[in-house]
Amino acid sequence: MEAGVPRSGIESSLTRRMRDWPRANPARAAAALLGAVMVALAIAYGIQPLAQRTINGVVSGSYIALGAVGLTLVYGTLKLVNFAHGDMLTFGAYVAFLFNVTIGLPIVVAALLAVALTAALGVASDAVMWRPMRAKQAGLLQLLLMAIGLAFVIRNGIQLIAGTSPRRLDVDVTTSIAFLGLRIGRTELIVVIIGLIALAAVVLMLRYTLLGKQMRALSDNFDLAEVTGIDTDRIVFATWVFAAGLAGLAGVLLVAAIGSMTINIGFFLLLSLFAAVILGGIGNAYGALVGGMVIGLAQEWSTLVLDSRWKVAVGFAILILVLIVRPAGIFGRERTL
Amino acid sequence: MTTFAVTLEAFTDIDFWIGVGILAGTYTIFALGLQINVGFTGIVNFGQAGFMAIGAYTMGILVVKAGWSFWLALPAATVTAMAAGLLIGLPSLRLRADYFAIVTIAFAEIVRYVAQNARELTGGNQGLLGYDDSWAEVSAWILDRLETVGFGDQFLMPLLLVTWLTALALIVVLTIAQRTPWGRVLRAIREDEDAARALGKNTFAYKLQSLMIGAALGALAGYFLALNLAFVSPESFEPLFTFIGYAVLILGGLASYAGVALGAIVLWTLLEATRFLDLPLAAEKVAALRFMLVGLLLILLMAYRPQGILGKRREMVLGD
Repeated sequence: MEAGVPRSGIESSLTRRMRDWPRANPARAAAALLGAVMVALAIAYGIQPLAQRTINGVVSGSYIALGAVGLTLVYGTLKLVNFAHGDMLTFGAYVAFLFNVTIGLPIVVAALLAVALTAALGVASDAVMWRPMRAKQAGLLQLLLMAIGLAFVIRNGIQLIAGTSPRRLDVDVTTSIAFLGLRIGRTELIVVIIGLIALAAVVLMLRYTLLGKQMRALSDNFDLAEVTGIDTDRIVFATWVFAAGLAGLAGVLLVAAIGSMTINIGFFLLLSLFAAVILGGIGNAYGALVGGMVIGLAQEWSTLVLDSRWKVAVGFAILILVLIVRPAGIFGRERTL
Repeated sequence: MTTFAVTLEAFTDIDFWIGVGILAGTYTIFALGLQINVGFTGIVNFGQAGFMAIGAYTMGILVVKAGWSFWLALPAATVTAMAAGLLIGLPSLRLRADYFAIVTIAFAEIVRYVAQNARELTGGNQGLLGYDDSWAEVSAWILDRLETVGFGDQFLMPLLLVTWLTALALIVVLTIAQRTPWGRVLRAIREDEDAARALGKNTFAYKLQSLMIGAALGALAGYFLALNLAFVSPESFEPLFTFIGYAVLILGGLASYAGVALGAIVLWTLLEATRFLDLPLAAEKVAALRFMLVGLLLILLMAYRPQGILGKRREMVLGD
C-alpha cells in the first residue's frame, strides 16, 4: 500500500527491510512475536510457571483448534459464517453425555457416537437450510441471521431436553500426573493426545488426499474449482462431515478437559474460535489450527499476568489486534477485504 | 381445554398488556438502533445487546457507586455507549460485513463477560440495584396524575407511558432524519458504498455515525430495561437479546422505523403469551421453548420473507 510513496534517501535499506519484513512474512513475524512473549514471560515469572501454563494452553489449544478448523472450512467453502458452530460443540458434548451417562456406554463409544451424530447434524443443516439458500442466492444478512436462528434452535433444543443444570461426563477428573514439578490431569493428557492426533490427521488429509486438496481448492475459489471439474456437491458434503464431526469431537474434549458442561459452553467458546479463525486467516484451515493453539496458549499465559477470570478477554483482545494490524490474518492473503 | 381458558384469561388481563407494552416499547427503541444500522446503512451490527448493557451498567455504576444524579448519569452513560461504538467501529467497519458481524457479536459477549467478572464494579451475578430512586419520584408524580383518570393502581403504567412516548418521539425524529441529505447518504452507502465514496462522501465516517447512534439507542433501551427489572445483572444482557431485536426488526420490515414498533408488539405479545400456555414443563424449559421459537422465526422469515411484514423487497439489498 505504501510501497509507492517515495522515501527519503537518508533512510537506510536496513530499516526499510525491517519495517517491511513483518508485512511480507506475517507468519514468521507472528512466530517471532510469540517467541518474544514467551521469553519475556519466562524471565519475568520463571520457567516452571510458564511451562505449566504452556501445558494448560496446549490442552485448551487442541480443542479450540479442532473447533476453529471446522468453522473456517465452512466459511472457506460456503462463505457462511456459521454462528451455530459453537452450539454444534455443545450438541456433541450432550450427545456424549446421553450415551455415556444416561445410557451408560463407555466414553470412547459415546464420543464416537457424538462425532457421528454431530456430523449428521451438520449434513442435515446443509440439506434443510444452506443448500436451498444457496440455490436462492440468499444475501449475507439472510445467511447470518439463519445461522443465528439455527444456533438458538440447537442450544434451546438441548435445554428443552436436558435442562439447565450442569452435567458431567463419566471421566476421571481427579487423577493427575506429575513430572518435573509440572502436572497435568490424566483426562487432560488424553484430551491433548486425541486432540493432537486428530489435528495431525486433519493436516495430513488436507495436504495429501485428493479430497483434502479439493476441499482446499473449493475453499480458495469455489467457481474456479467447479470449472476444473471438482464435484462440488460431494466436497460440500465432505466439508460438513469434517467441520461438524470435528466440532462434535471438540465439544467432547472440551467437556472432558474442563469437567462439566452447561448449554452455553459452545457459545462461550465461539469467541475463542472466531479469534483463532481470524488470527489464522479466515477460510484457511492450517491458519485455524495454528490460530487455535496460539489462542489457547495466549489465554493460559495471560493468567501469569492477569487474574484467570480474564483469560477469555485475551482472545477478544487478540481478535481486535489482528483486525487492526492485519485483518487478513497470519496466513491469509490481503485480497478480498 | 384448560390450556385455552388460561390463555384467554391472560389476554384480558391488563397486567399482561402493560408487561408486554413495556417490553415492546423497550425493544422498539432497541431495534430502532438496529434499523438505522442494518436497514438504512447496511452495517450488520450483531452487538446491540452489548451497547444496551454498557448503557445500563454505566448508568447504574455512576448512580450507585459514584453517587451521581440519575439525570446526569443518563447522558454520561449514553456518551459511554457511543464511545464504545466508535472504538468497536474503528478497527472493524472498514472490513467486510461478515467481519463486522463477528467482531460485534464477540464484543457483546465480552461486555457480558466483564459485567459478570468485574464484580467490584458491576456486582457480578448478584447484579446492581438502587439506581432508580429518581425515577420512582417521577413515576409517583405520573401515577398521581393517572389517579384522576382511574389508572392510579397500575404501578407500572408510568414506565409504559414514558417508554412509548420516547419510542414514538424517536420514530418521528429518525424518520425525519432519514429524509435529510445525511439520511440519503446512509441509504446510498447501503445501496452502493463505492458509488457513495466516488461522490466524495466519507462513507467510513457516516458508518461510524450510524453505529454510534445505534449504540446510543441501545443504551436508551438499556435504561428502560433497567427500570423495568429494578436491577441489572449479566443475564439480562446476554448477546442473544440482540437477536430478539433482529426478530423484531425483520418482522416489522427492513428500512421502516414504524415497522419496528409493529414488530416489537407482535413479537412480545407472542413471546409473553407462551408464559400462559399450560405446558407440563419446568420454567427453564418453557424459556428454552420461547428462544427456540425466536430461532425458528428468524430462520423462516429469512428463508421466505426476508423483507418482513412492512418492508419492501427492493430495500433488501444486503447482498455482500
